[in-house]
Amino acid sequence: MLRLLFTLLLLLPLATQASEGEFFLTAKPAEQASLLETWAAQPDAARLPLLENLRQGRIAENDTRKLRLNNRLRGLIDNTLASHQLLSDQANVRLVAAQQLQKTAQPAQMAFLDRRFASEPDAAVHAALGLALANLQLGASEPAVRLAAVRLLGETGDPLARTRLEALLQPDAETDAAVRIAAETSLAQVQRKLLVGELLGQAFSGLSLGSILLLAALGLAITFGLLGVINMAHGEMLMLGAYSTYMVQVLLQRYAPGAIEFYPLIALPVAFAVSAGVGMALERTVIRHLYGRPLETLLATWGISLILIQAVRLIFGAQNVEVSNPAWLSGGIQVLPNLVLPYNRLVIIGFALAVVLLTWLLLNRTRLGLNVRAVTQNRNMAACCGVSTGRVDMLAFGLGSGIAGLGGVALSQVGNVGPDLGQSYIIDSFLVVVLGGVGQLAGSLWAAFGLGIANKLLEPQIGAVLGKILILALIILFIQKRPQGLFALKGRVID
Amino acid sequence: MRSVPPVHPEFMLEPIFDQIGSGREAIGLGRRREAGLDTRHGTVLSLEGISVSFDGFKALNDLNLYIGVGELRCIIGPNGAGKTTMMDVITGKTRPDSGTAYFGDTLDLTRMSECQIAQAGIGRKFQKPTVFEALTVFENLELALKADKSVWASLVARLSGEQRQRIEEVLATLRLLPLAQRQAGLLSHGQKQFLEIGMLLVQEPRLLLLDEPVAGMTDAETEFTAELFRSLAGHHSLMVVEHDMGFVGSIADHVTVLHQGSVLAQGSLAQVQEDERVVEVYLGR
Amino acid sequence: MNQPLIVTATRKAGTRVSMAVGAVVVLVLLALPLLSLLPDGHALQVSAYTLTLVGKILCYAIVALALDLVWGYAGLLSLGHGLFFALGGYAMGMYLMRQAAGDGLPGFMTFLSWSELPWYWAGTQHFAWALCLVVLAPGLLALVFGFFAFRSRIKGVYFSIMTQALTFAGMLLFFRNETGFGGNNGFTNFRTILGFDITAQGTRAALFLLTVGLLLGSLFLCWRLTQSKFGRLLTAVRDAENRLMFCGYDPRGFKLLVWVLSAVLCGLAGALYVPQVGIINPSEMSPTNSIEAAVWVALGGRGTLIGPLLGAGLVNGMKSWFTVAFPEFWLFFLGALFILVTLYLPKGVVGLVKKRSQP
Repeated sequence: MLRLLFTLLLLLPLATQASEGEFFLTAKPAEQASLLETWAAQPDAARLPLLENLRQGRIAENDTRKLRLNNRLRGLIDNTLASHQLLSDQANVRLVAAQQLQKTAQPAQMAFLDRRFASEPDAAVHAALGLALANLQLGASEPAVRLAAVRLLGETGDPLARTRLEALLQPDAETDAAVRIAAETSLAQVQRKLLVGELLGQAFSGLSLGSILLLAALGLAITFGLLGVINMAHGEMLMLGAYSTYMVQVLLQRYAPGAIEFYPLIALPVAFAVSAGVGMALERTVIRHLYGRPLETLLATWGISLILIQAVRLIFGAQNVEVSNPAWLSGGIQVLPNLVLPYNRLVIIGFALAVVLLTWLLLNRTRLGLNVRAVTQNRNMAACCGVSTGRVDMLAFGLGSGIAGLGGVALSQVGNVGPDLGQSYIIDSFLVVVLGGVGQLAGSLWAAFGLGIANKLLEPQIGAVLGKILILALIILFIQKRPQGLFALKGRVID
Repeated sequence: MRSVPPVHPEFMLEPIFDQIGSGREAIGLGRRREAGLDTRHGTVLSLEGISVSFDGFKALNDLNLYIGVGELRCIIGPNGAGKTTMMDVITGKTRPDSGTAYFGDTLDLTRMSECQIAQAGIGRKFQKPTVFEALTVFENLELALKADKSVWASLVARLSGEQRQRIEEVLATLRLLPLAQRQAGLLSHGQKQFLEIGMLLVQEPRLLLLDEPVAGMTDAETEFTAELFRSLAGHHSLMVVEHDMGFVGSIADHVTVLHQGSVLAQGSLAQVQEDERVVEVYLGR
Repeated sequence: MNQPLIVTATRKAGTRVSMAVGAVVVLVLLALPLLSLLPDGHALQVSAYTLTLVGKILCYAIVALALDLVWGYAGLLSLGHGLFFALGGYAMGMYLMRQAAGDGLPGFMTFLSWSELPWYWAGTQHFAWALCLVVLAPGLLALVFGFFAFRSRIKGVYFSIMTQALTFAGMLLFFRNETGFGGNNGFTNFRTILGFDITAQGTRAALFLLTVGLLLGSLFLCWRLTQSKFGRLLTAVRDAENRLMFCGYDPRGFKLLVWVLSAVLCGLAGALYVPQVGIINPSEMSPTNSIEAAVWVALGGRGTLIGPLLGAGLVNGMKSWFTVAFPEFWLFFLGALFILVTLYLPKGVVGLVKKRSQP
């Protein structure tokens, strides 16, 4: 009886959207599902607004009644919406719709897809539609159709195509020998393309890990190059930066919710100031008294790091705190079917490079930079020339710590923020300094990205742990050849 | 007291009894030298075509230098002339980009490590006196003393009476005997200089490289050092880098001027000082 | 000449006092296990808890001594000694696990549904081989690492960082279940050692005595070493390595020997620690533990033989009190200790006492 009613409704092309919506609202879930399936097979451009509203969980824009949707219904709505969007006159809308259909299209939609495929003018949409169609055609009864579909799938680099082909190659799935052989070739093709995407993806996450290491190691290299001290509390400067970001987020949420979108930008100066301030205070009170005793400094700064970690643990708790990405940092660019470059990571890479550039300019183009370099090269001579070495030490230490604070902001956008955050990055950033050579910006740059990429490329092949150990071994071997790091200054070594 | 470099060093092997505590006694004159070093051609050190560059800057540029057996050679030259780099090359601290460096006729210095070179018989005194500051003066000399220097030997080593006597002789010569049990870090600058020279002496090297040995010494100490070096020449070969022309004049008959990494002039001090190019280099243009 | 005479006299008096104190401490340590054998409720009875605690601290004291040998004397600050300690402990743990498992597989392996022992477990049911492993595992690792590190003249903070990275890598490795050492949980639930019940009072007392013996033996060995020419060469390596090379010594050999020796001592300490404490897990390898050992040495006074023992005792004594009384503030205290010791006590407690005793 109901079925008949649907058909009647569908046969009334002039039926108002409101009535369809009303009907959908009152129908049972099972009825809603079959309604959606019918709509998907026979799309009507007039239904588009309704479907878009359904997706928002309502039947009309100013209707307050809530729809109760389960996951299956949501999927069906997406599918039906895509089906309707194919009727759009904008090519990019059709492209997104076709990509959606590749995943969700049902056999009932085949006739419709076939028609659109034949009449599609845009090449990219045409190809995407072809793929969606091929996915469906794998279930066709004629071997010739399946063969064509299999070949078409082989030309894509889609993870979905791989699952479909693999399913096809299961023992009793495909009976036709020719199709099986074609499927095997296609699968190999797809896998090759997917591998490229995977490797690129790993290299990209390596780059983003590298850019965080870079921010951590940059400050370390400055303080080590300048003062000859290893700051074991450097990782905690990163942590302070990340917690500053968290604080900024919380405060904005409470007092200025309008500006919450831009909280990472506001957090940058705050984190820099907090970390740099703590760094300068430490330099004045503790580290200053230990110059010329690098090993003691190492122990004292470790003590500082213990205190900082425990303090944060007492104030914020031992659990990770929640730092969320603003909308403009979520999502990403789809480069290959299996390669998405997330915006937050892209921004961080760019940010790290910008910080390196700024640091370079600061060290090479300003009075402070000149003083820093002078003190690095010959402390006594610089002091004789009227450079206030104590002040330079303090400022340089502040700069190094501040850069780590910036690193903390970056880190908060991609990783967990907890009291132990600094500890997990500090050893890697030391290795960057060791590998890159002391006080060498270029060396730090290459070492950070190299280490990051090597880490991420090795991780899936031999596991994260073995990868780390292997990298450590490689660094030890590398230092055999180049004891001064990648970009060492050659010259008379003063003992 | 000035001794002329002998033509055949073997003739100097017979013991000469001098008053106890003099430099001659201290350096073990009359003791049989080890047979290892082949110096049949009369040169203890030959550097040929040595070039070293640091990031494009040529610290040494096609340097040729020969030191005869028993010779006392002074090296002078303005700052940055490559004097210290040359010593680094000889002692194995820096490897030359090109050129050969032979100790005696057979030992290729460019293929030996620092400690091998030291064991072969080249001793070096640094510009800044470096001694083992936490150890006593006596212990400093004990470590430098010519002996088996392997790890195992050091575990079981006991000083023989002879060795102890030898250390005390050197200490007496250098007027450090009263300070034998003093920690070396507590010595004055000049005393450290002497201690380092003493460490060189007990090492019994064939060739001594001395980088600014009288820097920071009083006039009397400088005079004493000059006398000491003169007495060493003949039995040891010495290469002294020094800026103090008075000191150079009082010890050397042979002077080499380095400039921009190569030899500018050679000869007696008087000859060298008259050379126009040398005058130009020193006085500026 | 008067001044030195007075100094020598006070120093002699000081030596006599410290010898007496040392003798008393040794006697007390020897008496502790015997007192623990007294029947329950006896006024002088020492509880098993106290005995284990002191035994644990003695093991740490050996680690401190070993660290002092490389840091205080040879100037090589290792931040990875916990790795050697844990390796020794794991080697002993393998034997204890085999003892507990009898003919079957250790519990955690059956849990992972492994059917046979990995190859490196071969022979660990024999106590003698386990003892060899206790020495070989840390020794060989130290040998290989030291060989490469000293060959390329890694020193100072670079060396410290590399050792820290080493122990960190070790910790990650042992955390994995696939490594075959029990993963996160490590080894525990030991039952017997050489057939004796491991929790029996007699066994505990014997292990304690062995620890005291090892400590005294290490102390004697280090004393002989530092008094020999070798010891003076180590100081020379620390202060002016280049000068030493130009004296004709190859510093690599000296560093390597003392480094390996130190690692082996740590391994032995770890092997005695495990049966007394009853557990070994990868957290022993965490960089925090190793660097804490450095503060024991620094607090006590590096470059002395008594200092590290004193430091290990003091810090660990305070730790066991703090973690009961104010658990949240222990890290604050430890951090402050790191800072204060390096700022105000560069020569440690021993240096302070020496200064006091000299007018």
